[in-house]
Amino acid sequence: MQLSPLARLMLRLVTYAVLGVVYLPLALIFVLSFNSAKSIAWPPVGFSTRWWEGFLDVESAREALFSSARLAFVAMIIAIVLGSMLAFALQRYEFYGKNVISFLAVLPIALPGIVTGVALRNTFVRFGWDLGFLSVVAGHATFCIVVAHNNVIARLRRIAPNLREASADLGATPFQTFRLVTWPLIRSAVLAGGILAFALSFDEVVVTTFTAGAGVQTLPQWILNNFSRPNVLPYVTVMATLVMLVSLPIAWLAQRLGDSNPG
Amino acid sequence: MGERLEQTPRVTDSGRNIAGRGKPRPAFALWGLLSAPLAWLLVVYVGSLALLVVSAFFSLDDFTGKPTTDLTTGNISEAFTQGEYVSLVGRSIGVAVAATLLCFALAMPTAFYIARLASRRTRRALIVALILPLWTGYLVKAFALRAVLAPGSDYGDGGFMSGLVGWSPGFGYVAVTLTLAYLWFPYMLLPIYAGLERLPNSMLDASADLGAGSLRTFRLVMLPLLLPSIAAGSIFTFSLSLGDYITVKIVGGTAQMIGNIIERALLAPNQPLAAAFTLWPMLIMVAYLAVMGRAGAFKNL
Amino acid sequence: MKKVSALAVALLGVVTLGACGGGDDGGAMLEELGEGEGAVNLVAWAGYVEDGSTDPNVDWVSDFEAETGCEVNVKIGNSSDEMVELMQSGEYDAVSASGDATLRLIAGGDVVPVNTDLIPNYADVFEGLKNKPWNSVDGKAYGVPHGRGANLLVYNTEAGAAPSSIVDMFSPDSPYAGKISVYDSPIYIADAAIYLMATQPELGITNPYALDQTQFDAAIAALETQKSIVGQYWALYTDQQAALENGSVTLGTTWQVIVNLAKANGAKIDSTLHDEGATGWSDTWMVSSKAKHPNCAYKWLNHIISPKANAGVAEWFGEAPSNAKSCALTADPNHCATFHADDEEYFSKVYYWTTPTKDCLDGRDVECVPYSEWVNAWNKLRA
Repeated sequence: MQLSPLARLMLRLVTYAVLGVVYLPLALIFVLSFNSAKSIAWPPVGFSTRWWEGFLDVESAREALFSSARLAFVAMIIAIVLGSMLAFALQRYEFYGKNVISFLAVLPIALPGIVTGVALRNTFVRFGWDLGFLSVVAGHATFCIVVAHNNVIARLRRIAPNLREASADLGATPFQTFRLVTWPLIRSAVLAGGILAFALSFDEVVVTTFTAGAGVQTLPQWILNNFSRPNVLPYVTVMATLVMLVSLPIAWLAQRLGDSNPG
Repeated sequence: MGERLEQTPRVTDSGRNIAGRGKPRPAFALWGLLSAPLAWLLVVYVGSLALLVVSAFFSLDDFTGKPTTDLTTGNISEAFTQGEYVSLVGRSIGVAVAATLLCFALAMPTAFYIARLASRRTRRALIVALILPLWTGYLVKAFALRAVLAPGSDYGDGGFMSGLVGWSPGFGYVAVTLTLAYLWFPYMLLPIYAGLERLPNSMLDASADLGAGSLRTFRLVMLPLLLPSIAAGSIFTFSLSLGDYITVKIVGGTAQMIGNIIERALLAPNQPLAAAFTLWPMLIMVAYLAVMGRAGAFKNL
Repeated sequence: MKKVSALAVALLGVVTLGACGGGDDGGAMLEELGEGEGAVNLVAWAGYVEDGSTDPNVDWVSDFEAETGCEVNVKIGNSSDEMVELMQSGEYDAVSASGDATLRLIAGGDVVPVNTDLIPNYADVFEGLKNKPWNSVDGKAYGVPHGRGANLLVYNTEAGAAPSSIVDMFSPDSPYAGKISVYDSPIYIADAAIYLMATQPELGITNPYALDQTQFDAAIAALETQKSIVGQYWALYTDQQAALENGSVTLGTTWQVIVNLAKANGAKIDSTLHDEGATGWSDTWMVSSKAKHPNCAYKWLNHIISPKANAGVAEWFGEAPSNAKSCALTADPNHCATFHADDEEYFSKVYYWTTPTKDCLDGRDVECVPYSEWVNAWNKLRA
């Protein structure tokens, strides 16, 4: 496509302007973590490292971080298993009702979180199931399935079907074919889907709010709770900066894994 | 697809008929694969949604705020006929559409630059840089935008924006739309970027060779080919914006959207009325998915 | 189609069974105190249950946990309505309920009477707080009083002369128009009723929580008019605090704790009780009828009204303590004076949040608008 130098320049400018707009608020958060005030309003009133220093003593923040990680991990495992099974079923077979099932898998992420959250809470409470770790896991796994499914099915579509046929022709059992041919090809996609599912669960607020009972506090809930308590708000900015730093290599890895060609 | 009614799954394996080639009992394998995810989605999810819909017909004990099993259509008619609520739904759709359009308007040139113009090395750096904020946390970003957009006054400082340019939209629907677009931008960028990467050069060249200018190529060749990707991206931006209520609380000022009214009803507590309100986003999203499904969105999610 | 309706009937059956499960047949009052169960799940207002994780110096939970072996889990309720909803889930053992939640919880069978004999510190609670309509029924106590306070009028000291009337909150020609901050809750309708008591005496309102249909409609009309001059409806108190600090709000309904926090951050504000009288709250710790840890819940009730813990929470949150002995233990020796802890004269100007019922609370022989209608009207107003 022939573009005039001016058009190229404009596109370039738009891209870097978008990049700037995306990072500006995050930079503010970082700056505000060194603000001496007890609120996280702009502009900062003075420099202080007290939120960074005091952060290690904030036990509830560590607990919330740990609880979010545990929760996201379990939800991720369920999502990977169920999402991959679904992807195999939908990619390899033609059957009646296939579109309905695709639609069903997308629904939990397409319907607003508040609908999913209210629906699950309503069910759990009516049947007398305790709201707690497991109910939140169930909620998260439900909307994470589609993420794992999407990654795996996209990879499956790119694998040449004759690889499996060749394997079968050479006498491999279906299980051997899966273990030695298919799995190495989809492994990175499964992992990338898993990482995305983990991220989605780690950051989820709404479904969590409605499905969590006493004694479960995830990181986003900790952040929300801090907004309804006086005096401790800036710890949120410290936590946000830390999470950003930690997620940088993970995001990069997820992107690479998703990209990489299946040989 | 609906015309065929056979109960047994028909194996085609990527369109190739390989029946009788070391694939014993495909139906068995298919159901083996489908049973667990389907059971989960049907029992846990669809079952819950069905219960929710049913509970929209329950009436409420006036004082205790508990649902009773006396059936009524009062909640439904309250949620669907009262002018205040209908206009609220209209406003919510307006905000979701505006946020989606804004995401598209920014994602299209950005994705084009990254996918077709940037050098290989910059490409990866840019795409990671633009996706990374997905990992920074919804709440953190919403509160960051609040620090940017906060209005100033005669008696105190405003946020970053009013400090920089002396003006900000303040809290309200504009701030909500901007914040939602900011939050969900990567969900629009990614599918469009992936779609652009897949676009064969030959096609764009052919268009140019036939004398089409770049705008015409964009409108008549690229856009139709990218439609499924755009549709896929818009499902995320539209649905995530439509149901949002926390961003509204953070930067909305006096603004309200569907999610807020659901939350209000739920905490009232008036669970049946809340259930009736949830029918709005359910219907809107099912309709939206149906339209986008036709545009090929599900193949590109 | 037949199949679908069969499914619907089946679903309905399931739901019906579930819905009946939560009747009034819950647990009865505890007769004697046993061993703690190792944990207690609380629903509380923000700042009521602090274990040092917010600020290491603000902690009245750790010593309780060490002493009783009951681990405390707390869920912050951001409004009375949310607290009622949380208690209905049956997941929690005790709640710090305000007066606009207590009667609903009692009527719903979500809480049980409290055996005050098992709570030694109850003896030291101000008499003015015991056996009140919002914490007892037929002389049976349904909880222990935690503390009380008034909803104040906060104003920016640079925005003009100090206001003293609720009229500035409602009048379209209020000098504060556009910068007014209103509490976002159905119970705020009572504030409109207080405004009407002063400006439209012919409506005959005597109790802002006992409104017949005419009075109620007038209150809603006043709120509709007010809408055009409102700059903020606040639900989280940090929201209002931020708005007071940056001056985008110059007048509003507030809590003492917000005033203290915003002032500490340099906001040029002050607060007053408006002349017409104000709404206020008196909170009560109540025990769930489905409590899984009733003994720990009782131990918590006794602990939170003990002089030391009660002084701590009253000071941290900014309210008047309920235990008379707390006043000697506050870090600020004037705390009880500032918050009018034993000033019954002051609190006589306060209309405590109460749940409106069909039977008019002021004893009139007409039908009053029940709370569920308040909620609907408020949600519609805000939609």
